[in-house]
Amino acid sequence: MKEELQKRVIKGPDGVEFEVEPLRDYYCEAPPTVMPGAYIQIVEDLFNWARAESIWILGFGTGCGAIEMRPLMTPRFDAYRYGVQWRPTPRQANLLMISGYLSTKTLKRAIRSYEQMQSPKYVVGLGSCTINGGMYWDSYNTIKRLDDYLPVDLYIAGCMPRPEALLAGFQDMKKLIRAGKGEGANRYAENFDWYKANQKRVIHDWDMPDYSW
Amino acid sequence: MRELYSQLKQLFPLGELTEQRQDLAFVTVPQEHLRSLLLHLRDREGFTHLVLLTAVDWLEDNIFQLTYLLTNREQQRTLGLRVMLPRDAATMQSIHDIWPTAATYQRELREMFGIAFPDSPRVDEEFILEGWIDIPPYRRDFDTLKYAEENYSQRPGRVTHDPAEHMKQKLYPGGT
Amino acid sequence: MTDHAPLFTPDRSQYPAHKADGTLDIDLASGKYLKLWQGPNHPGITGNMSVELTVCGDEVVEGKVHVGYLHRGFEKLMERRTYIQCFPIVCRICVPEPDFNEYCYAAAVEELAGIKSPERSDWIRTLILEMGRINSYMMYLGGQAGSLGLGVIAQWTTYVRDLMLDRFEELTGARIYHMFILPGGVRDGLPEGFEKRMEETLREMESTMQDVYEVMFCNAVFKKRTVGVGYIDPALLDSYGVTGPNARAAGVAKDVRKDHPYLVYPELDFEPVIGHDSDIYTRADVRRRDVLVSIDLVRQILAKMPRSGPLMASVPNVLHWKIPRGETYVRGECSRGEYGYYLVADGSGYPRRVNVRGPSYTHAMTLLERLIVNISISDVASLMVSLHTYPPEIER
Repeated sequence: MKEELQKRVIKGPDGVEFEVEPLRDYYCEAPPTVMPGAYIQIVEDLFNWARAESIWILGFGTGCGAIEMRPLMTPRFDAYRYGVQWRPTPRQANLLMISGYLSTKTLKRAIRSYEQMQSPKYVVGLGSCTINGGMYWDSYNTIKRLDDYLPVDLYIAGCMPRPEALLAGFQDMKKLIRAGKGEGANRYAENFDWYKANQKRVIHDWDMPDYSW
Repeated sequence: MRELYSQLKQLFPLGELTEQRQDLAFVTVPQEHLRSLLLHLRDREGFTHLVLLTAVDWLEDNIFQLTYLLTNREQQRTLGLRVMLPRDAATMQSIHDIWPTAATYQRELREMFGIAFPDSPRVDEEFILEGWIDIPPYRRDFDTLKYAEENYSQRPGRVTHDPAEHMKQKLYPGGT
Repeated sequence: MTDHAPLFTPDRSQYPAHKADGTLDIDLASGKYLKLWQGPNHPGITGNMSVELTVCGDEVVEGKVHVGYLHRGFEKLMERRTYIQCFPIVCRICVPEPDFNEYCYAAAVEELAGIKSPERSDWIRTLILEMGRINSYMMYLGGQAGSLGLGVIAQWTTYVRDLMLDRFEELTGARIYHMFILPGGVRDGLPEGFEKRMEETLREMESTMQDVYEVMFCNAVFKKRTVGVGYIDPALLDSYGVTGPNARAAGVAKDVRKDHPYLVYPELDFEPVIGHDSDIYTRADVRRRDVLVSIDLVRQILAKMPRSGPLMASVPNVLHWKIPRGETYVRGECSRGEYGYYLVADGSGYPRRVNVRGPSYTHAMTLLERLIVNISISDVASLMVSLHTYPPEIER
């Protein structure tokens, strides 16, 4: 276990000593729960409309696809006109873009980033390497299908997908959300044990808590 | 290059010189003389730039070849030093005090080939891989396809063709 | 800049002492230090990597770089692919400037196989490499300004980079991964009217560079934050393997294009750009002036290149292509420094070993870990960006 995760006694600047157990103190202890829809369908539709028009993406460039996000933030392709924008922290984001292949080391960080996001949240897999491994089908360090580890709502194929493909992908994502099909977070909560088992099968040094939001 | 080689030959027991290009040559060095040769090349001959340090796995001969590539910028020439190590329990002395940047290369070799570099800083920390459980992946006897199939779930439907066979079928269907 | 007393002098008596083996004696339980992870999903990080900072107050006392988030095992994958199958995957090693991988790999294979690429293809290769260099610098300028909060520069440079990507698309059919330079030559010649459209793009780029100069390099905030920060001692250049603009900003004219000429660079007229102060500002300025040199080079290439002639040398049947035993190292000057491929062939149809020497390998690891000590947390991002590192070429 890493040094900073170990239980230790800390003396504060004011001289008070206290014990810290990072894995217990810093993280939540309960697994995620299914978030029920609104009590009446028309309200849920209103919510979904609002959600669809404000897709905020976590700016986590996990792979090569991140380079085509940059043009989307500038006037030429301008994804902002569709209500899409990039946020620096998972707490403010509701869409996790897996921009390309995920090595097991990044998978660990991607899972934690995903779990720290607020529900309702969505995952888009970008590039053929998230779909079936793509070019790295025989690599020892990348996962081959993303939907075993995170609840993927949409895949955008290509190596790498062009900005126009991404814009089309955002539009499709909006349609899914408005139709009430963006239920990734609930699927994740329902099948939590299955996802965790899959994740632990490829991450051999699991030194983090199971729930990290 | 020949001239430099004959000078070095008088000082160190060197193997044959392989002249790849006019400005690039490779020479084999016994393991115990490498350090003094590196210092000599750096301080006397102006080979001040360590371009790279890497290893080649010759599984058939049961040896690792370490390649130290040095460049002399003024004279525009590059010399590669080959060191042959026995593959079992391969150990090499560290050169991080001659070039600090070599520490990174040695960390990578330690992790990817399993070559030990005692005393190199942070050499046993994880560098690229995390939670690796198999033999070091750049070794020739590590089968990456087998590892990928055993450890990662694959999406069904993916087909792999042998390129030569596939092209033959495509260009000459039914032919021999 | 006038000399003035620093606003705040840190109390370094509180700082950790060195242990016998050279590492710092940091006692996290003492409450004096804080361990801070910057990255991998941090906006101030140059791609998917992270720095583990130990800070005392707001000053960094130790920084450890962690890489490997983008490791795909290229060097292993290439060992089980034939020489031509390696060609489409090499460009994936470095995303913002993929063409150097294609060129270095193609040149290494040609050298071991004894193939000479035709002259016209050499000119087109040089053109592509220079266009890629401009693209890479545009990414850098946007990042450098963005790391200090000047967001608008990134909007401009990304736009002109996009214009250059359009020229790439005309020429190669792809925006990012071109897969154009293959062992033996290049895939195609210039399309019709390419020179005219390229000239328009270059003009647009030059006017943007003038704007960038006025808004970024003459900006008082930018100067205050970068002049004198992140100094690289010229004596360290060789021992830390520093190449490219980072070395040129320290006053050493290290440029592979001049030192070990390749392709058609001997026939082109240019001088390596040199700076003298070796801080973040000088490094940015060297790169800005290098863009202008590259723009000039593109014009020269388009004016001088032959318009007819073969584009591919005759290459054996790629499905049964065996290369005799041998080893070689081929290098080129990419936008960040010396890029090289070390290729070992063993007589079979597969490479025995390919090793990629990316300039970021030395810049982002040992050099950054040295420079990061004693700077403020707020300068970490701009320091990292100023070394112009791309993580995928560290871990491949």
